[in-house]
Parts: sequence; C-alpha cells; structure tokens
Amino acid sequence: MLMLDILIIFMIIGALIALEVKDLLSSVVAVGTAGLALSVSFLLLKAPDLALTQLVVEILILVILIRATIKKDLPFSTTGRWFFNTTATFVFLAIFLYIGYEALRDLPKFGQPLMRVAQFYLKEGWMKTGAANLVASVVLNFRAYDTLGEVTVLFAAVVGVLAVMRHKGRKEIGEPEDEGEL
Amino acid sequence: MKESYSKQSGMTLIVKVITRLTVGLILLYGIYIALHGHLSPGGGFAGGVIIVLSFIHLMLAFGREEAFRRISKRFVSLFEGLGGLLFLIIAILGYKAGYFFYDWIIFKGKPFSLFSAGTIPLSYSAIGLKVAFGLFAIFLALITLKFKVKK
Repeated sequence: MLMLDILIIFMIIGALIALEVKDLLSSVVAVGTAGLALSVSFLLLKAPDLALTQLVVEILILVILIRATIKKDLPFSTTGRWFFNTTATFVFLAIFLYIGYEALRDLPKFGQPLMRVAQFYLKEGWMKTGAANLVASVVLNFRAYDTLGEVTVLFAAVVGVLAVMRHKGRKEIGEPEDEGEL
Repeated sequence: MKESYSKQSGMTLIVKVITRLTVGLILLYGIYIALHGHLSPGGGFAGGVIIVLSFIHLMLAFGREEAFRRISKRFVSLFEGLGGLLFLIIAILGYKAGYFFYDWIIFKGKPFSLFSAGTIPLSYSAIGLKVAFGLFAIFLALITLKFKVKK
C-alpha cells in the first residue's frame, strides 16, 4: 500500500496546485494529474473497469475544461517552427501506434472472451441468489456496490440540475423578493 | 373534470380523454417492470423511467397546473429521497447477517415466482422509486424553471 500513499499525496499536491496557480491552463493540467493518479490508484485497488471509466471521463472533462477556459488558440500554434512541429507529430504518432499494436496483440480473440470471473457468476448465480434473471443477480447481489454508485450519481445529477436552474437565492443585491417556482 | 376542459390548459379534448385511459396502464406497466426485475429483463432503472414517462404524459396533456394538483412538488422530493434511503437501509440491514449488502432474507422462495431471490425485488423497487422521482424532478426543473437572463 506504499504506492497508494504516494499516489494520494500526489493527488493532494495536484489539487493544491490547481487551486493556487494563477494561469488557467496550468490549473486544468494540475486537475488532470490528480484525476490520472486517481485512475492509477483504482487500478492498484483491483478495480480495472472503474479505472478505465475514470480515465475516459477525466480526458473528456479535460477537453471540455480546456475549451471552456481558453478562448484563444493554444500558445503553441502552427505559426513558425513548422518543421519541428510536423516531425514531432509524426514521431509521437508512430510511437503511439507501435504501443497500441503491442498492447492490443494480447487481447483475446473476438467472440472468445476470458471467462475467469463471469464463469463463476454464470454457474453459481442461479443457485446462490435464486434470481431467474441473471443480470439482476449480478447488479444487485454480486455487484451491488456499483448500483449504489449509480444511484448516488443520479442523486448528484438531480441536485446539480436543481441548483443550476433554481430561482431562489439567485438575485442581485437590493433586488426585491419575488416568488420562486421551486 | 368539466371545468378543466373549459379552461383549455394543455392539449385538446381528444388527447385528454386518451391520456385518461392510458396513463394508468403506463404507470402499472412501469411498476410491473420494476417489481419483476429478478424474473424478466428490465429492472428498477427501466421501470422507473417508464413510471416517469407516465407522469410526463400527464403533464404534457393536461398542462402544468393540472399535473401539479395531482403530484405536488413536495411529494416528488419526498419520494426521491425515500427511494435512495430505502436502498441504503436494505444494504445496511445486511449487517444483521454479516456484511454490507449481504442477502439477509434467508428464504429464497421458489424460482420464477414473484417472492423469490432474497432482497433483489426490494432493492429494485427502491431503485425504481428513486429513478422515477429523480428524473421527474429533473424534468420539472428543466421545463418549469427558466434561466434569468442578467441584464
């Protein structure tokens, strides 16, 4: 668990930098490092699907945040030094393609999944839970924590929408009281 | 009901009559899907969405005031919290037998019958309640509240 402690300290430092730094782009990058460390710590805690979800959502949020915070083009645009930029782009593209090829070669063939965990659910789920629908036995018995998380996400979404769209508490200083809808 | 027709809130008379016939069936189907989640495809999330579709149906046909007379805002927020709390209580009751989310109903019942599979039907009905009223609260917020444009 030493790795986990190091990652948690790294996340705390990243969050502090994101709060304190003046430049918006640096702040967004610091938030991204905190999210990446969270993803790696999920992987260490043996939750690979959660780690994958965290990584993808973090990337999406970073893209949205960068588009939202920076109105102008990024400072490293294509004006000048075009030879270096193009060369670097192709070199990194080749490296990513090679790594992707090496990583995807070990995947199981299409239609022949590795049934290490799912085999147990398929064989024993009927006997252990008594549910005729196997999905229900997985969602609410073997993987009930995931369902609890989904319910929490829905609750957070409702609270967020109501907080954004509310009338009450959204008036200027000195504005007269009017009746809110909700 | 005569007065609500003459007020002309919502859609026309044809839509209102058809809605009065079908909205109960839609609500019943949603409850059925949520309760039979352990027997057939579907479950709490799908059933809750069907339930909220019946509410939205009512609201679109009869107008906002008529729908609010039947389903108040306090009712919506109360049941949304209640669904989430019920799911947590079912999970916490597992400590009676061992650990969190333990299937504390020992009686498993006959397979393919409604009262079987331990806590799964109870959890699915709680989730259905939560999903239905949570999505309905989002819908209410999006159609009845408006952004105040700053001048």
